[in-house]
Amino acid sequence: MSNENIRKVTTHISQNEGLIFEHSSPGKKAYRLAELDVPEIDASAELGAALRTESAALPEVSEPEIIRHFTRLSTWNYAVDHGMYPLGSCTMKYNPRVNEVVSRLDGLAGAHPYQPEQISQGVLRIMKALADQLIEITGMDAITLQPAAGAHGELTGILLMRAFLESQGNARKKILIPDSAHGTNPATAAMAGYEVENLRSNEDGMVDLAALEAQMNEDVAGLMLTNPNTLGIFDEQIAQIAEILHRKGGLLYMDGANMNALVAKARPGDFGVDMMHLNLHKTFSTPHGGGGPGSGPVACTKHLEPFLPKPVVVETDEGTLRLDYDRPQSIGRVRAFYGNFGMLIRALAYIMANGPDGLRQTTEDAVLNANYLRKKLEGTFDLPYSTPTMHEVVFSDKLQSKSGLKTGDIAKRLIDYGFHPYTVSFPMVVHGALMIEPTESEPLEELDLFVDAMKSIAQEAIDSPDLIKNAPHSTRLSRLDETAAARKPVLRWKLESK
Amino acid sequence: MRYLPKSSAERAHMLREIGIGSIDELFAPIPAQFRLIRDLCVPRQMAESEIVDWFRARAAENGDGYDILLGAGAYNHYRPLVIDALISRGEWFTAYTPYQPEIAQGTLQAIFEFQTMICELTGMEVANASMYDGSTGAAEAVMMAMRITGRNSAILARSVHPEYREVIATYAKYQGLPLTEVAFTDNGRVDLAALDAAITPNTACVLIQSPNFFGTIEDVAAIADIAHAKGALLVVSVAEALSLGIVRPPSEADIVTLEAQSFGVPLSYGGPYAGVIATREKFVRQIPGRLVGQTTDRNGKRGFVLTLATREQHIRREKATSNICTNQALVALMTNIYMDVYGREGIKELAQQNLAKAAYARKQFGTKARVLFDGAPRFNEFVLQTSEDAYEISHRLAAKNKIIGGFPLRKFYPELGNAAVWCATELTSRAAIDAAAGEVK
Repeated sequence: MSNENIRKVTTHISQNEGLIFEHSSPGKKAYRLAELDVPEIDASAELGAALRTESAALPEVSEPEIIRHFTRLSTWNYAVDHGMYPLGSCTMKYNPRVNEVVSRLDGLAGAHPYQPEQISQGVLRIMKALADQLIEITGMDAITLQPAAGAHGELTGILLMRAFLESQGNARKKILIPDSAHGTNPATAAMAGYEVENLRSNEDGMVDLAALEAQMNEDVAGLMLTNPNTLGIFDEQIAQIAEILHRKGGLLYMDGANMNALVAKARPGDFGVDMMHLNLHKTFSTPHGGGGPGSGPVACTKHLEPFLPKPVVVETDEGTLRLDYDRPQSIGRVRAFYGNFGMLIRALAYIMANGPDGLRQTTEDAVLNANYLRKKLEGTFDLPYSTPTMHEVVFSDKLQSKSGLKTGDIAKRLIDYGFHPYTVSFPMVVHGALMIEPTESEPLEELDLFVDAMKSIAQEAIDSPDLIKNAPHSTRLSRLDETAAARKPVLRWKLESK
Repeated sequence: MRYLPKSSAERAHMLREIGIGSIDELFAPIPAQFRLIRDLCVPRQMAESEIVDWFRARAAENGDGYDILLGAGAYNHYRPLVIDALISRGEWFTAYTPYQPEIAQGTLQAIFEFQTMICELTGMEVANASMYDGSTGAAEAVMMAMRITGRNSAILARSVHPEYREVIATYAKYQGLPLTEVAFTDNGRVDLAALDAAITPNTACVLIQSPNFFGTIEDVAAIADIAHAKGALLVVSVAEALSLGIVRPPSEADIVTLEAQSFGVPLSYGGPYAGVIATREKFVRQIPGRLVGQTTDRNGKRGFVLTLATREQHIRREKATSNICTNQALVALMTNIYMDVYGREGIKELAQQNLAKAAYARKQFGTKARVLFDGAPRFNEFVLQTSEDAYEISHRLAAKNKIIGGFPLRKFYPELGNAAVWCATELTSRAAIDAAAGEVK
């Protein structure tokens, strides 16, 4: 689909490629095993009835076919390395290469989780250093690095809340969750055995203090609050919120998904937060990997520290490090071993590359970029909340819906302009939301191209809405039939489906 | 700062365009008393070379270059070089969850292939896109069994990885899910009579691990019969995925939960790894985590999408099957590539090498100390009971022989005395086995 307004991209040859199974042919190999230096063994004598008699039908292919297969597939993905990836709330920032190199150093990548502590001082030092720095950044008192992702951190945090309240004599029944929250928040509360009570936002997109005051009682364990919230709005009443909760014995959990708006500018520990998780794959630059691995450390105040998952890294008087399992009040383990250690290395390397000045500039640039986009697109798109925003901005499709277009349509058209779409239809408090988070990693040229693209699409919405309704036009595949996929799920390849 | 693509002139221009005089105005929503007006106490900004040096120094403090005779849930297998060559492409590792399928077909197709291979390996009909790891996968499988059966207790074999059992206990505690444990017999396998007696009309599932924490392969079919006779599901956790190359898959299970680390994922001090849940087609709507399905585009071309999302938290909120959002896509990609490299024949040959190495090690160690649980088949691990304390042996081997020895069992299984679970893989040399065997007593 040619269009002179599309300046960022040009169509380009894209290789076709089947499933890896479709390249398979008996006898092809991509390996040669090393010579066996012990006697061969008769597997059927060794295993008896436990011997596998039918081989798993894994593909039989050669090394060059594997390289081509995954290289071709890779070219069908959009990635941060291609350009702006403004998925609101996901914080798609640059992933530094030094992180990848240091996390693959032999002595670190090859470390067995149960190797003796005497030869684990390096990995323990990395965990300790990262823990100390995250504590400083959040202003909290203690931390666990064990949770494997943000939602896993949420669960850990709410279990801490529960264990603490139980130790006070009453775990309570409910968790309050604002209507703007991520879906993981209510799902987490349910997993921790709590009922979820919705808390409504006020007209500025912040917590309605009167509603909070009315709903807070001795049955409520606490509040899960994202701050800045999913509208990108910092809730300036945060101290009052904490005060209302604390007065009635409840706790304040902060979902740290948007901590990238605060690093080096404000610390949750200073404004009354009791525990919070961090998404190392958002704020601290560890790669998203096409959907994980993430890492979700949980920081907390001193009174919650005894309940942290075990083990924790502690320093002995002689200066060596060890893992402390003797934690009688611990909520237990949330994961085998110690967490996504490879991600911890990357996050630490990121903090070291930035230093205090770099971290501050990073946060300022993220907020600057979001506000620049807000200013440039306001009026072209409906801005449902005029409250100042921080690192992300949420528009709605109200103006374009007059032409019968929805946020999802605009998103698909943005693909033709060479951008990954923003987050579609979230947060749910905004009907037809366009949630845009540029992050600090975008240069001015890229932001301006994005502004031009969005304005051009807004014009197309008036002139030729069908162009948008049928987008994308320049991708390998047109819109995919998701309804059919769910109605009759095909979740694996079979020979006959070739 | 080298990651920030803006000059001061550009920043000034942007502030002017926004219509403000200084960046501080954008932070005005943060109440003044909470604004940080000092530098964070973190190390100063470092050069790339300084960062590399610092981490090299940490790596040197660790046990680099040691022979590893330790498994216990994390296995030292060779990683073909094509894995890192491929996953280092930015299109793989700097993309996110494939929410926009038209520009994420690479990730989606790779996950679809992964789901297929996991089904082939485990003997199940459907598999998800991955979970955090084997331990959380096992916990999610137990909760899934609760939802399917409407029953609310579970039985765990005592021979399941102790840390997996701890994780399941954490998850189960607030689900109102009482857990009981069933013992093992003197061949290291689940005590079938005790299991039969333990199952009640309220038992949602029996969870076993095979090969279990001692390396012993369970009689999955017999356990399935016992569980099914009383209406309970069987969940089988597989921590050593490579075993499936040569050991009969747990096809009689209702849910298989796999830790895929053995397939080309670095040990990396315990993570990131990748768990998977595989099950029967009829249970697919109770499976947690992401699923990729095949479909067509408007022109009838084959393509892939995330599907059955109505199970998930972003739609169902507190009624979702789990709070899980992210999976371990890049790790699943590593394991996909690994399974392609070895393929149908290689995975078998590699498993056979592991079997041979472990059999040799058992024989060598057996001349010095007592190998436990001889009455049942094993894959690449075995339990050795010594007269000397297992931690002492481990310390001596590390200091004197640069060998990482077996996992001492006393903490979790005091009844086994001075025992440890040892492991030999294709990377364990005969020389290392001989040297280690020479030190145990």
